[in-house]
Amino acid sequence: MSTDPVRLEGREKVTGSARYAAEHTPPGTAYAWPVPATVALGRVLSVDTGAAMAEPGALAVLTHENAPRLKDVEDRTLLVLQNDRVPHRGWYVALAVAETPEAARAMAAAVRVAYAPEEHDAVLTPEHPRLYFPEEANSGIPACRERGDFDGAYARAPVRIDATYTLPGLHNHPMEPHATTARWEDGRLFAHDSCQGATAVQETLAALFGMDKERITVVAEHVGGGFGCKGTPRPQVVLAAMAARHTGRPVKAVLPRAQLAAVVGHRPPLIQRMRLGAGEDGVITALAHEVTTQTSTVREFVEQAAAPSRAMYVSLDSRTTHRVAALDVPSPSWMRAPGEASGMYALECAMDELACAAGVDPVELRVRNDTATYPDSGKPYSSRHLVECLREGARRFGWDARDPRPRSRTEGRLLIGSGVASSFYPVYLMPSSAQAQVTGAGRYRIRVNATDIGTGARTVLAQIAAEALGVAQDLVAVEIGSSALPAAPLAGGSAGTGSWGWAVHKACRTLVGMIDERGGTLPTDGLTATADTGEDIASDPPHAKASFGAQFAEVAVDTDTGEVRLRRLLGVFAAGRVLNARTGRSQFIGGMTMGVGMALMEGSTMDARFGDFAERDLASYHVPACADVRGIEAHWIDEHDPWLNPMGSKGIGEIGIVGTAAAIANAVHHATGVRVRDLPLLPEKLLAGLERPR
Amino acid sequence: MKAFAYTRADDVDGAIAALAASPGGMFLGGGTNLVDLMKLGVASPGLLVDVSRLPLTEIEETPDGGLRIGAGVRNSDLAAHPAVRARYPALSQAVLAGASGQIRNTATTGGNLLQRTRCLYFQDVGKPCNKRVPGSGCPAREGVHRDLAVLGHSAQCVATHPSDMAVALAALDAVVELRGPGGERTVPLCDFHRLPGDEPERDTVVEPAELVLAVRLPAPPAGRSAYRKARDRSSYAFALASVAAALDVRAGRVADVRLAFGGLAHKPWRARVAEGTLRGAPATEESFAEAAEAELAAAEPLRDNAFKVRLARNLAVRVLAGLAAPGEEETGS
Repeated sequence: MSTDPVRLEGREKVTGSARYAAEHTPPGTAYAWPVPATVALGRVLSVDTGAAMAEPGALAVLTHENAPRLKDVEDRTLLVLQNDRVPHRGWYVALAVAETPEAARAMAAAVRVAYAPEEHDAVLTPEHPRLYFPEEANSGIPACRERGDFDGAYARAPVRIDATYTLPGLHNHPMEPHATTARWEDGRLFAHDSCQGATAVQETLAALFGMDKERITVVAEHVGGGFGCKGTPRPQVVLAAMAARHTGRPVKAVLPRAQLAAVVGHRPPLIQRMRLGAGEDGVITALAHEVTTQTSTVREFVEQAAAPSRAMYVSLDSRTTHRVAALDVPSPSWMRAPGEASGMYALECAMDELACAAGVDPVELRVRNDTATYPDSGKPYSSRHLVECLREGARRFGWDARDPRPRSRTEGRLLIGSGVASSFYPVYLMPSSAQAQVTGAGRYRIRVNATDIGTGARTVLAQIAAEALGVAQDLVAVEIGSSALPAAPLAGGSAGTGSWGWAVHKACRTLVGMIDERGGTLPTDGLTATADTGEDIASDPPHAKASFGAQFAEVAVDTDTGEVRLRRLLGVFAAGRVLNARTGRSQFIGGMTMGVGMALMEGSTMDARFGDFAERDLASYHVPACADVRGIEAHWIDEHDPWLNPMGSKGIGEIGIVGTAAAIANAVHHATGVRVRDLPLLPEKLLAGLERPR
Repeated sequence: MKAFAYTRADDVDGAIAALAASPGGMFLGGGTNLVDLMKLGVASPGLLVDVSRLPLTEIEETPDGGLRIGAGVRNSDLAAHPAVRARYPALSQAVLAGASGQIRNTATTGGNLLQRTRCLYFQDVGKPCNKRVPGSGCPAREGVHRDLAVLGHSAQCVATHPSDMAVALAALDAVVELRGPGGERTVPLCDFHRLPGDEPERDTVVEPAELVLAVRLPAPPAGRSAYRKARDRSSYAFALASVAAALDVRAGRVADVRLAFGGLAHKPWRARVAEGTLRGAPATEESFAEAAEAELAAAEPLRDNAFKVRLARNLAVRVLAGLAAPGEEETGS
């Protein structure tokens, strides 16, 4: 297998010929513009569409009174325009449809909605009366776990850390906004949708509209990023389909950036209390990770931030819990490494505090607390090279030259510091099907409804197929991104390549067997092999499986302004076999860059009076600019793990963001001696602490 | 859609006449702010008079040793101009500290002065804002206001002016040339923008159909000048606080000083109190701190932006200390 082929669709993308969901315009296309609620809680009393329908080019206004009825589904964020309830500000209360997008926008502005507002509650507090312990957290894990006797072990521990870390709401904000072009033809629904999995969208639309899924085709050929907020179907595809049915026209719905914060999910605000008890040697004897978070009244989503504390280190006596309050706020959902990114921020900062308290080097502390088994289940890890990542990272970073004393290194009026954190992400696998075909002329075609959301999935599937077939990659064509192809799971949970690739590999090996049976002679009309991995993926495997890594950060903190600037960020990962070095590296540094944003600048402010997030564009929701990301490096170690899948790969889409924020926060503490336990690390949080006599 | 007429002006008087005849209209320069506001529904002019092709794109030497910068000069061209870089480094640095390369390539000098606040409530038509809809209220005062004003705000408005360029121009004693239906006039840059008071909807003293023709810089002040900005990321973020300063030190004492703050108020904040304190004082960090604190004593921070006062003080001290001690200035991380 070539180890770093370029993206198959790279030329199309850079020349602009790759077409995204909103760039398909069937003849007669109409345009939709949603109307968001302007109250935080209440009921719609009436919708006056007179002025909107008087706009030139107006076609229709859909409201809860005239929109097509939908069947109930589990994800109630999709049940738009079905009743008069407004569960949070920004919830869609109408949809304007017009001949042009400009006309639709003007119509939307002219729709007059009268509300009966109710008292809302949109601010999470640690003792909020609506807090409760849910059954499960995201990914289906138990919300609460108690092993051994935490309280006793913690009370006996000679070294104790008790610290609370807070995170604001965070938004995924992919470059391409959520968009759908939908049309109905002869009772069939066709949709180009910007999503992370067209099979899931197809199945959900079938449930919503009460149709056979065979009558629905969803295409997601190119997707401009998702980061989780396109992992589940989103309202735009439902709205476009409803509007297309209502008007009898193809309808395009592109959600404006300013509306995204309320309707496509986000990482919820989190309050995490960490308690670590350890011996004088830093070995953990007691661990508690207690998460307090929020969800909406529409849908229970509980980010599993305590999950990594069940997986990372030795901890015989532990308590890991999640509490959630259903507030009158937008619904949270997946954002890159849900649970791990947020939870490892807290755990890895607490580890740094423990290292300081115990007087143990932070790298050494993590090595001392390494475990060969997953503490929560006692199962051995199929492979776990955390220590190797820490050692290799320390060597590359020059960690040994570090003076561990906080505030020990200055350059003029800058304070320089470095920090480390571990990375972790579970290996998920989902059943997938795939097809491998060969023509009589010996050319191959792979068909699988995988989604390339910018990761390089299309390319790596071609590589996997070529290797399994034993042919050159240029003989292999790959078809992905359509529900008309063999069903496959979404691009999420860092499980895409492993899940799709396994099915592709299996189909290819079957095809090779069929060719071999014919003595290598190909029939003129070719051969087709179909595979499904539903029975290959064990429901209770004997091993725990996860990727690990270590990240090292160096920061400069300006003593006059409190500005934190990243100087270096270095990650070393153990993620099985990295199938494509070029796109793999891009995934790692992409995740790390998103972690830089989480550490230093990203945050959505809940505006308590209005019940929505204040930042509504990419000028106010700060993500790293190029100038913020200097000296970023991703490395990986060769890891051969026979327990994964036929390729030997683990997922790499998410682990890059896990640990980054902690490494940077720990570096800021090392630089300044100030421990800020609230992200992002904005100047005002440091400024006061920096003012001391020098 | 909200229809608007568009006309491209061939000459200055034609542009002014076109707008004078159409009260709901606006001049269009680079469009980097106005077009955004139109998309958001914040601005809805009935007529756009495109002034970007007017012959206002030159930077000329003036007889008094200064420069006349045409209103249509693009921000990138202004920052890169050799005379600006050599004689008015604070201005070049300020322009380069703002926006992004793409925006600076399009945005004009006149448009930069006239850009609107980025207060989140001003930009959200779903919420009240006295600047956008007079009398509707100011949620920012009790709401999300970390980025907003600490100086000179009013009960009606706590917005900040977002420009970096204008802060340097304020320190450099620039003068704005205007022409309107009633003729030409000049306004000192420091008087060009207003404090919000009871009329937050008025950002500047520009009258209807008045067009910014140019910004005139007098001969550069003696000594050196510099601009520094603190922000949430390394590029493409508005100032939390910024400082433009020019300083002339003779025999260890401040012979002359110009100081202006950005990001703190509804207008570039020329620090006359600090300047008065400093003239004749020893050019030491202690003097600089004392002067900055004297200026900022007038600050009335809101719940979440008190840090800006300390930040502005520290920036002023660093910039002035850097100007006082050539070669030792800090440029930040």
